[in-house]
Amino acid sequence: MSYGVAKKGSPIAGTIAWIVALLMFFPIAWMVLASFKTEVQAVQSPPLIIFHPTLINYRDIFAEANYLQFAWNSIAISVGATLLSLIIGVPAAFSMAFYPTHRTRGLLLWMLSTKMLPAVGVLVPIYLLCRDAGLLDSKTALIIINMLSNLPIAIWMLYTFFRDLPKDIIEASRIDGANLRQVLVHVLLPLVMPGIASTGLLGIILCWNEAFWSLNLTAHSAAPLTAFIASFSAPQGLFWAKLSAASVLAIAPILIFGWISQKQLVSGLTFGAVK
Amino acid sequence: MSATTASGGAPASPKPRQKKKGPGGGVNTLPLLAPSVILLLIWMIVPLAMTLFFAFRRYNLLNPMIHGWAGFRNFEFLLKDPALLHSLVVSVIIVVGVIVITICLGTVLAAIFNQPFRGQGVARVLMISPFFVMPTVSALVWKNLLLDPVSGLFAAMFRMVGLQPVAWFSVFPLGSVMTILCWEWLPYAFLILFTALQSMDEEQLEAARLDGASALDIFFNIQLPHMSRAISVTIMIEMIFLLSVFAEIYVTTGGGPGYATTNLTFLIYQRALLAFNVGGASAAGVIAIILANIVSAFLTRSVAKRLEV
Repeated sequence: MSYGVAKKGSPIAGTIAWIVALLMFFPIAWMVLASFKTEVQAVQSPPLIIFHPTLINYRDIFAEANYLQFAWNSIAISVGATLLSLIIGVPAAFSMAFYPTHRTRGLLLWMLSTKMLPAVGVLVPIYLLCRDAGLLDSKTALIIINMLSNLPIAIWMLYTFFRDLPKDIIEASRIDGANLRQVLVHVLLPLVMPGIASTGLLGIILCWNEAFWSLNLTAHSAAPLTAFIASFSAPQGLFWAKLSAASVLAIAPILIFGWISQKQLVSGLTFGAVK
Repeated sequence: MSATTASGGAPASPKPRQKKKGPGGGVNTLPLLAPSVILLLIWMIVPLAMTLFFAFRRYNLLNPMIHGWAGFRNFEFLLKDPALLHSLVVSVIIVVGVIVITICLGTVLAAIFNQPFRGQGVARVLMISPFFVMPTVSALVWKNLLLDPVSGLFAAMFRMVGLQPVAWFSVFPLGSVMTILCWEWLPYAFLILFTALQSMDEEQLEAARLDGASALDIFFNIQLPHMSRAISVTIMIEMIFLLSVFAEIYVTTGGGPGYATTNLTFLIYQRALLAFNVGGASAAGVIAIILANIVSAFLTRSVAKRLEV
């Protein structure tokens, strides 16, 4: 596409594509707009397009001591769960990609099949286990659950990355006299880092947006942003402007992550079937 | 659990002494694999066994006087409950409806975006953005800012052209929830299908063009078959996630009006955490797991085979 030869754009396809893209993005843009309105302006009908923007909603949200706690919970849960799943998943993916056996395929498909177990089928026992372990409304429980439910995806994604690496590189460096530690640190690590980083990014996105377990297992102290936003669904409080501001803050980091890593996400989200 | 067997009888744990192929043979991979395998096994078996156990118990969290074995009474009670059948129908409508809509639109959009045009990169980023929005946010934005019958944008637009605003979530509850879900999942289908189209061999297309094939011919005879694997994977992933739709229902309709938007996931949630009926909820959970296994057996047979391992 980009060989310097400027291809003539096709105007019809371009117009349709842009219209659809703008329509799809519109709800997000509309929400960003609403976050700069006052509460009265936000519920005004017909809606205001031109108005004097205010930052009062953002100030209010930060003034509420709680918001930072919700945000911190989201960060702790997604980073914690993702790091754990990488620590556990990288060795497994590495061994399956570099030392495949006749069982590797079956093992990978089995891991994928654990993803098909519906969360709601095990809601009751998980709830009771957490209650008995004193882990209701705790970040630990959500970190463990998110880690386990994302582990198969992480392993698949890492596996597809590792599989494409040159395998004889280990052999070659060994012949050159490097010991195993040197091979790992100086040869393998730089090669696998991009794959690990993209997998981590996908893991964080999935955990950040996870709602089922967050809504069912947390109350006040461990609730992440998904649960905080859900609390705005109560019909009595019409805090649309505030809801919009809180939502903008909640989705902005992940939206940016997603934009950066869209290419890698495809291979992770299709279990390596599409590249 | 039977999903294991469904996926081709994979071994539950690696054999300690395997014959290693490939470079550096003789490396013991057991310590590398064991943590993942053991954790996933526990994650799969323990809750499953507990669900099965509770499904045959009389157990209510609010009333400790109720206890003992229930036999099949939980299932009997559940199967007589009209809400169960209804929730199954709702689940199927959501899954099938959203998948069909997103795949069809996604395919068309992928073909359109595959043409070169100005600002393609930016348009694509805008296009896929909804996928990264957390479900509670997208549900509330649609419910309040767009579909609210009094102050929503749609209501304002209806009034502008002289129509009566519609209370979307009361008149078309399931349709409204599915609209939100399509908005969330269309970007995903589009991204996957678009990537598949982009990976198409340019020379093959050129050859077809030289042979005088029309754009439609090329699309249906070359590009669409090329996308078939991407389409089946998209179906699989969407099915996994759409079977357990929860947050979108939780924050918009709460399953109502009546049971109009109560899917199986939401029904079990209501039975378990709202009615504190562990036995009944577990029985429903068992049914959910059995259904998921039927689906996953079908998926592994048709889709997972296409995965390149």
